[in-house]
Amino acid sequence: MPEIAAAKITETVCALCRQANYELGDDVLEALDHALSIEESENGRETIRELISNAAIAKKEKLPICQDTGLVVVFVELGQEVKITGGTLDEAVNEGVSRAYKDLRKSVVNDPFIRENTNDNTPAIVHLSLVTGDRIKIGVLPKGGGAENASSLKMFLPTASKEEVIKYVVDCVRTSGPKACPPLIVGIGIGGNFDHCAYLAKKALTRRVKQNHSNHDIAQMEKRLLEEINRTGIGPMGLGGRVTALAVHIETHPCHIAALPVAVNMECHAHRHREATI
Amino acid sequence: MKSISLPLDDKTIEGLKAGDRVLISGTMYVARDAAHKKGIPVDLKGQTLFYAGPTPGRPIGSIGPTTSSRMDPFTVPLLQKGLKGMIGKGARSAEVKAAVKKFKAIYFAATGGAAALLGRTVKKAETVAYPELGPEAVLKLEVADFPAIVAYDARGGDAFEEGIGKYRLND
Repeated sequence: MPEIAAAKITETVCALCRQANYELGDDVLEALDHALSIEESENGRETIRELISNAAIAKKEKLPICQDTGLVVVFVELGQEVKITGGTLDEAVNEGVSRAYKDLRKSVVNDPFIRENTNDNTPAIVHLSLVTGDRIKIGVLPKGGGAENASSLKMFLPTASKEEVIKYVVDCVRTSGPKACPPLIVGIGIGGNFDHCAYLAKKALTRRVKQNHSNHDIAQMEKRLLEEINRTGIGPMGLGGRVTALAVHIETHPCHIAALPVAVNMECHAHRHREATI
Repeated sequence: MKSISLPLDDKTIEGLKAGDRVLISGTMYVARDAAHKKGIPVDLKGQTLFYAGPTPGRPIGSIGPTTSSRMDPFTVPLLQKGLKGMIGKGARSAEVKAAVKKFKAIYFAATGGAAALLGRTVKKAETVAYPELGPEAVLKLEVADFPAIVAYDARGGDAFEEGIGKYRLND
């Protein structure tokens, strides 16, 4: 059985968290460049120019892109042939987060009501899936609080139409989008159940920005939603403009005959996602 | 682009209009959720509050605005006591917007997520209260040419409403 040391997982998580926070991905930068080319509002254009310049400063000076360095969401795809040695997966991931966040903002409190800072940004939220093979794929998504707060979930009737779902998502953006740091990336989970559709909405954010779903119908719905969201006029930072979202990503899953769950996970333009396979 | 100094005086406030881009220099205080709940132990008369929680660094790391509406339930009494400026991101409640007009104050929006760029405008930073809150401590900052936009002016102008109204294509 192939062995992977817990220390290697720690090292990888630490490096991914740092890279995510200091270097905006080329997919987001390309999306911002495109946004600048189509934005008509002068305030919107100035905001996008600030974001592009901010990313360059952050990378050059090793400064976090955004001060909200997030609650770290970690996606682990564990090859079922792998044996982890020298510690547990959970400890290894959290040790990696703790090390990375020595120089980053600690944004996690110990309890929803006691609210004492844990001082090392742990615990991370870990989503584990078992896959075939002898490797481990780790993705990190440090997620800011403002955009996360703008997210929502609705249990639709199973007879609801696609149009009703589209209207719901656009309404979510209209109501909560302006404060979630637009231009947004909108992650949508459709199907599954109450908890799984929220997971799918988050998982949708890990796809390369602007890469549409491989299924044609879902890709069409993504395009339609992006168009509708960009017709709201919210624009960069909610100051008005053509670009309210950079991308819409949808993931779907089979669901119960009685249900049609829909979750919308808002992501700001400071979309920090990095992954590696060990 | 207008250059303005803090603390804000009445003449400056009167001259600002929603949608104006400004470069802010001078002293401002930083406070967010936890400090608002506990009470900000600083005389805020005439002062400006920046809703933020920076990353570590010298004099500061990255710092950018957090969602202002979370501070709305605490804001009207602060305006009553003489708070003149606020810097954050996103729209506020109707009560706060009305109070900005009533008490002749200004609400500025800065670019959320442009925190490395904004951090470079901070020349001095000092913790003045609640160091145990970590990123939620109350700070006093000296800034030079901090870029922002006038979101709500003292006459009731609202850059969000006006901007979105101009570009909205659906109902």
